[in-house]
Amino acid sequence: MTEALLETRGLVKRYGPHTVLNGIDLHIAPGQMTCLVGASGSGKSTLLKCLNLLEPIDDGQILLGEEDISEPGRDPQPLRQRIGMVFQSYNLFPHMTALENALLAPRRVHRKPRTEFLPAIEALFERFGLSAHMHHYPDQLSGGQQQRVAIVRALAMKPQVMLFDEITSALDPELVGEVLDVLRQLRAEGMTMILATHEMAFARELADTICFLDGGRVIEQAPPAAFFTAPEHARTRAFLARVL
Amino acid sequence: MPTRRELYDRAQRRRANLIATLSTGAVLLALVLLVPRAPGWEAVQRAFFNAEIFARTFPGLLQAFVLDVAIFAWCAPLIAVLSLALAIARDLRAPAFTPLRLAATAFIDVFRGLPVILVIYLVGFGIPGLGLPRPWNSPYLWGSLSLILVYAAYTAEVIRSGIDSIHTSQRAAALSLGLSEADTMRYVILPQAIRRVIPANMNLFIALQKDVALLSFIGPVEIFRQAGVYKSLMANFTPYVGAALIFLVITIPATRYADYLMARRKHD
Ligand SMILES: Nc1ncnc2c1ncn2[C@@H]1O[C@H](COP(=O)(O)OP(=O)(O)O)[C@@H](O)[C@H]1O
Ligand SMILES: [Mg+2]
Repeated sequence: MTEALLETRGLVKRYGPHTVLNGIDLHIAPGQMTCLVGASGSGKSTLLKCLNLLEPIDDGQILLGEEDISEPGRDPQPLRQRIGMVFQSYNLFPHMTALENALLAPRRVHRKPRTEFLPAIEALFERFGLSAHMHHYPDQLSGGQQQRVAIVRALAMKPQVMLFDEITSALDPELVGEVLDVLRQLRAEGMTMILATHEMAFARELADTICFLDGGRVIEQAPPAAFFTAPEHARTRAFLARVL
Repeated sequence: MPTRRELYDRAQRRRANLIATLSTGAVLLALVLLVPRAPGWEAVQRAFFNAEIFARTFPGLLQAFVLDVAIFAWCAPLIAVLSLALAIARDLRAPAFTPLRLAATAFIDVFRGLPVILVIYLVGFGIPGLGLPRPWNSPYLWGSLSLILVYAAYTAEVIRSGIDSIHTSQRAAALSLGLSEADTMRYVILPQAIRRVIPANMNLFIALQKDVALLSFIGPVEIFRQAGVYKSLMANFTPYVGAALIFLVITIPATRYADYLMARRKHD
């Protein structure tokens, strides 16, 4: 097995008495695209939030490179800078333009003037066809444009890994394509990505690995060809029967 | 060519305007005809609506009102700063800040729980009563402080409700980018929260402008006190009516503007 960029070992997450994640082992190689699939409520969002240290974990480890980033008491802030996250509901800052949204974190974190980051960030907007919208506020943008800005905003921090939580679920069907195109582009550029998704066709086309979450565990993990055509578990087959 | 709908709407509007005009006219007419028939009307007219006394006292009242505005003007920014500090202090989670959080909570509870006039009496008479030298015995100073304490407590609660109204997903998005807790508050949460509570805070500041008149009870000769002086001199209440008009000229437009902002908020 290749060296993992991001890895979890026996990750456990509880909300009160309710164990949402019950021993998750993930092994994400650099440049890989991993899709998390599973029924609603199976813990996909929770897993992504744990990976980004937005939620503390109850047991197990999360390793970024060689580092155990889940060590209790560790300051999560510098670690989050290395892991980008995009949310289902975009979560752009409504009081800032698209450009300001993307500039905020680099400016505050590195404490340098905006001119330091402007060229690189303008290039990002350009790359994803958003140059015309840099100076628009979120409420002046379509859902698809907002979501692409949210991706640019996360990329502006130059993360090592990107997490995407059902980023097309809130979009009108005709806007899904433009956001998936961005993911295609990122994959082609070798970005390491983990996606929670319901877009099975997309997962099948692009994922390196598909992980099926059920009952707080990854009960099946396979390349898409095997996952979709020859699932091993009855529960996977039942899930696929429902969504395909 | 107007559509059927537009013609109908136009007719409806004309009808509504006509009814409103007629009923308002009828009420005004009744007032004009009936009020002067009240047995005490002559006396009330002389005591409250004396044109000559109004003309004589109005300039003096206006001059006294400058003091009200001045007290408002130096209190308002201090209230803004103190209330923001209180609202933030109440939201601090880190255990090291527990004393600060408790102090802010106690402060807000105490000053929201007391009538303004009581605070003005206690602080405005109490502290100068310690026998402090000038200028530390000034009623302006301690009266203003009373208003600042009370209104900062109210404003802090409003700001805090604004902070609470910002969805946690905004916080998550900011933190996920690697922003610190402090930067998340300063650049993401607070700007949205404060914008959201501007109308509510405007109403508080209108109330503050009116409550400045309460300082007259501990000394400063602002407009209410000045009206009282004129009343005693001339044995006539007309100066109070003049003072009331001056307040309304300020507060009605301000209230309307706050309502307008509030209505605009609802749309977005
Ligand atoms: N903050 C929370 N507090 C309590 N329970 C939660 C919280 N967030 C999620 N859960 C629960 O955890 C489970 C997994 O939720 P989630 O990770 O959102 O699933 P998915 O993203 O796969 O739909 C659900 O049962 C949900 O109710
Ligand atoms: Mg989810």
